[in-house]
Amino acid sequence: MSEAASALSGAAYEGGLVRVADAGLQGMVTLRGDLEAEAIRAAVREASGCDMPGQRAITAEGDAAVAWMAPDEVLILGPHARAGDTCAALEAALQGQHHLAVNVSDARALFTVTGEDAAVREVLAKLAPVDLSPGAFGPGDFRRSRLAQVPGAFWMPQAGVMRVICFRSVAQYVFDLLCTSAAPGSRVGYFEA
Amino acid sequence: MSTRLATGGRLLDKGRQVSFTFNGKRMTGCAGDTLASALLANDQVMMGRSFKYHRPRGVVASGAEEPNALVGLGTGARFEPNQRATTTELFEGLSAASQNHWPSLDYDIGAVNQAFARFLPAGFYYKMFMFPRVFWKHVYEPFIRQSAGLGKAPDAETRDADTYEHFHAYTDVLVIGGGIAGLQAALAAGRSGARVLVMEQTPHWGGRAPVDGGEVDGKPAEAFIDAAVAELEAMDNVTLRLRCMGAGVYDHGYVLGYERLSDHAPGADGPRHRLWRVRAGQVITATGAIERPLSFAGNDVPGVMLASALRDYVVNWGVSAGDRTVVVTNNDDAYRTALVLLDAGLNVPLILDARAGGGGALADEARARGIRVETGKGIAKVKGRARVTGVAICAQAGEGAVLEEVPCDAVAMSGGWSPVVHLWSHCGGKLNWDDALAMFRPDAGRAPTGHDGAPFVAACGAANGEFGLNAILKDANTAGQTAARATGHKPGRKGAPKASDAGDEAPLEQVWLMPQGANIKLRMKAWLDYQNDVKVSDVQLAAREGYESVEHTKRYTTLGMATDQGKLSNINGLAVLSNVLGQPIPQAGTTTFRPPYTPISMGAIAGEARGALFQPIRRTTVHDWHEAQNAYMEPVGHWRRPYCFPKAGESHEDAVQREVRATRDSLGLLDASTLGKLIVKGPDAGRFMDMMYTNMMSNLAVGKCRYGLMCSENGFLMDDGVVARLSDDTWLCHTTTGGAERVHAHMEEFLQTEWWDWQIFVANVTEQYAQFGVVGPNSRKVLEKLGGVDLSKEALAFMQWTEGTLAGIESRIFRISFSGELSYEVAVPASMGRAFWNKLLEAGKEFGVTPYGTEALHIMRAEKGFIMIGDETDGTVIPQDLGLNWAISKKKEDYIGKRAQARSYMTNPERWKLVGLETVDGSVLPDGAYAVGEGVNANGQRVVQGRVTSTYHSPTLERGIAMGLVLHGPDRMGEVLDFPRLDGSIVQAKIVDHVWFDKDGEKQNV
Repeated sequence: MSEAASALSGAAYEGGLVRVADAGLQGMVTLRGDLEAEAIRAAVREASGCDMPGQRAITAEGDAAVAWMAPDEVLILGPHARAGDTCAALEAALQGQHHLAVNVSDARALFTVTGEDAAVREVLAKLAPVDLSPGAFGPGDFRRSRLAQVPGAFWMPQAGVMRVICFRSVAQYVFDLLCTSAAPGSRVGYFEA
Repeated sequence: MSTRLATGGRLLDKGRQVSFTFNGKRMTGCAGDTLASALLANDQVMMGRSFKYHRPRGVVASGAEEPNALVGLGTGARFEPNQRATTTELFEGLSAASQNHWPSLDYDIGAVNQAFARFLPAGFYYKMFMFPRVFWKHVYEPFIRQSAGLGKAPDAETRDADTYEHFHAYTDVLVIGGGIAGLQAALAAGRSGARVLVMEQTPHWGGRAPVDGGEVDGKPAEAFIDAAVAELEAMDNVTLRLRCMGAGVYDHGYVLGYERLSDHAPGADGPRHRLWRVRAGQVITATGAIERPLSFAGNDVPGVMLASALRDYVVNWGVSAGDRTVVVTNNDDAYRTALVLLDAGLNVPLILDARAGGGGALADEARARGIRVETGKGIAKVKGRARVTGVAICAQAGEGAVLEEVPCDAVAMSGGWSPVVHLWSHCGGKLNWDDALAMFRPDAGRAPTGHDGAPFVAACGAANGEFGLNAILKDANTAGQTAARATGHKPGRKGAPKASDAGDEAPLEQVWLMPQGANIKLRMKAWLDYQNDVKVSDVQLAAREGYESVEHTKRYTTLGMATDQGKLSNINGLAVLSNVLGQPIPQAGTTTFRPPYTPISMGAIAGEARGALFQPIRRTTVHDWHEAQNAYMEPVGHWRRPYCFPKAGESHEDAVQREVRATRDSLGLLDASTLGKLIVKGPDAGRFMDMMYTNMMSNLAVGKCRYGLMCSENGFLMDDGVVARLSDDTWLCHTTTGGAERVHAHMEEFLQTEWWDWQIFVANVTEQYAQFGVVGPNSRKVLEKLGGVDLSKEALAFMQWTEGTLAGIESRIFRISFSGELSYEVAVPASMGRAFWNKLLEAGKEFGVTPYGTEALHIMRAEKGFIMIGDETDGTVIPQDLGLNWAISKKKEDYIGKRAQARSYMTNPERWKLVGLETVDGSVLPDGAYAVGEGVNANGQRVVQGRVTSTYHSPTLERGIAMGLVLHGPDRMGEVLDFPRLDGSIVQAKIVDHVWFDKDGEKQNV
């Protein structure tokens, strides 16, 4: 599907504290169910190769990842084209086990914020009520929170990189938020080691 | 005159001259000056006029507590009123203007108010302007607005040139105040490894200690401060912020900090202010203390200042308020000012010590250095109007008989010190009255408590009522260590450094009026609240008139209600009140301290939320296309939807009529992506759906759609939409635009609170799909042209859905109609939304495809008699009112709202019911118009018998049509009702069936 477009079609901003970019299409599947149930854990492992994440955490394996969203909800990340198959695979594996697997890839937008690690943390800390100090948040952590006035979620695949998810309809708002937070001259200097 | 001294000025860079203007006059100061110190250096002692009487006023203080020296700062897009000169750092090109004067600061017409001061007592406005009522709007209010008030509001058309931001910070220990106590507390906490954030509102560390002197560990206080800052800066776990005020303390360790980044360098890159939104494990308030004025006649004449402020100006900024300064005090601290003035080579002709016994070691030193000290004496009145020219001396114990007059240029007054307990008190910290020191101080036993019932705020140093250097450092050290321990750290046992203690101090004596028996003439000139012009006589009058509670007195006299919130006046006013009432001060109580500590900018509160970021706007996948077509957009929830697509030169009305006709004649397209889409899945989903909707949903066959109504538990219609059954255990619920979140929350609430044991999951997939209405007689043809799915009547009948690949794009096609036409809604993945829209436009060309907006949608649904949530419903309407009984299941045992709909009020036949309305003359009824009946009701109002809920000009019928709720409406077909217009004229409308278009559904069922 070459005509498939992400919300902001690859928009990017440079020249501020960090680089902000539309990360393109990302496969996302919401799975709700009893996260303690072995059937669910096995299905998630089978579909993604990842272990079930703990509370407020994300596990990753290759191009897939699984993020903890709620006590009965995870978000399975993978290539956009594979999301439908992932859904179907989960459905098939979980016959008879109460669950909901639904493709939400296109309901979301994904941004990548890259730059100096402390600056990346600051840009998010201007928008989200989350402790983003290195001691409290790092690779492996996941937060479902808000970005100024809208819901958002984010994680750090590695130092200096933040992946930010929001709803597709507010992609422009969140992009503008991130760019504004990264405006030149607005360094806070709170996360400097 | 006030002037720059040859020596002194520890905060100045005298090599760097800074030029600025005051009321248009060019002046020069030094780098490091505040606006107040620079004005004093230019002999500008008078800085404004007072609020009510327009009396000349000069600077009184040197910091955040300043009530008088308020200026309008900057011009145009950077103009800001009510800025304190004492906390405004001087910068090149600063432009300031004094406030509340007309026509000029020196010659003010409003000052005649002063001559009538005896006619403007406390509560004057309440008494005078009560009557006659009409005078309020046309006489009193304009008069008050002209004559009272402080700064001018910025011009409504200018836009703030600066940016602002928020920052969320988390810390173990937050120290508010970077004086000697704050620094010591931070050291004690920081050494334990706890994360520490220190906020200091001024641009300098150390607070008063460098001015007030003393030694720490055998070295001057300044050396200790430098070493402490260096040690803190070296700690990775400690963050220090200057120009950052602790503004408010809230529940659960939430604290707001107000950082002024570029007020001293306007136009610099980056935000002007930053609002720190801090979550702290423990908060230490090391906010120091504020000196109190003494209440004597003429204590507001420019040149009368707090003793500590006079000292600050000399030591910090190298300016003197005058050559000859009389000191008047009730405590030993003011003697420090006399000694500092002597050190600077200035003259102190006299110290008036109101205490009969006089002072301690400092007083002895003053005498030894040749200063005349008079004990048991006070000021009867200050001489001079725009400047102090002298003081008249009297016995403190008397009534003000003048013993002697002493010429002078300035008066340094000290009535004792009040700990800054504001931040301690914001979240419920309680205070005790310390009668010996005449101050309220924090009661550590009644601290603000957190979620666990344990204290989370501690005060230390002067803010805690400790004034000796040794005591301050010890108190601060303990506070820092305790906070570290409370946040799970081991603070060690390092003690506080040792400080030299001042010699013997004589105790303070409470002096609330000078002289204590001052007559009414003197009391009427003895100011308590400078900013709101409240005098001793006003508070006494209020008490006599029965305002015995401090909160009532405050409101009646406006004491402490100005922008400084009574930082200088509250305690003095309280003491005067309690004296009149003959009760001790703690019994009179104190007023409530509320955030912010000093005013913070609106910009800081808004943060990034301005302009395009003021509010999130939700955009569909074809939002850009709509805008490119110059669609006229309207807000629907947070979405923006096209209202219509006017062509060049076409009015909105014409565009709407054209869109309706084109759709009914051939083919219209609607961006319906904003409709909510919720998936309900699980073994119990069927019975859950039956509870959520008024009609049966559990028996809906897979592949079919059904229109459903959703009610609140009070029976009122809250949402509607088409439900599709996707599989055995899965339903898809469409909601109204903007209704998805509300309906989702409604479902979750019942799932989580009532039916928590039902096995159901709900997911909001609204944004996963772009959804388009393909509407009109040619809709099937255009979809067939795209190809890939059999859409014949046999394959996909009305109220069915199917899935397939349409034009190569994975689609779900619903055959539903909100217009009465043959119509489909096609849902595709949002990433393909724009691509699919383009294909529809392309394929539709031959049919004259016409995108239409919400208004055409409304008209077509009204022609067909479909109701609209928000038009026919307003939160008080039940489905039965709308004739929707067919959609209410009689078979079901229960659904949400069923019980409420059985209440007598809901079943009352007098409830207004939905009908169609047609004007007799074919015109359009005014929206919301009421139909009048005979006579008047109990309130003397005209009886009404119905109202218009939707009204349009129908291009299909070529006349005005409307829907409305009318008393006994369905039984009154053909009757004509009178609807008064706003201009009083009447428009008549006939009651008709509300389905005008294709009642039998022949058009949609082809």
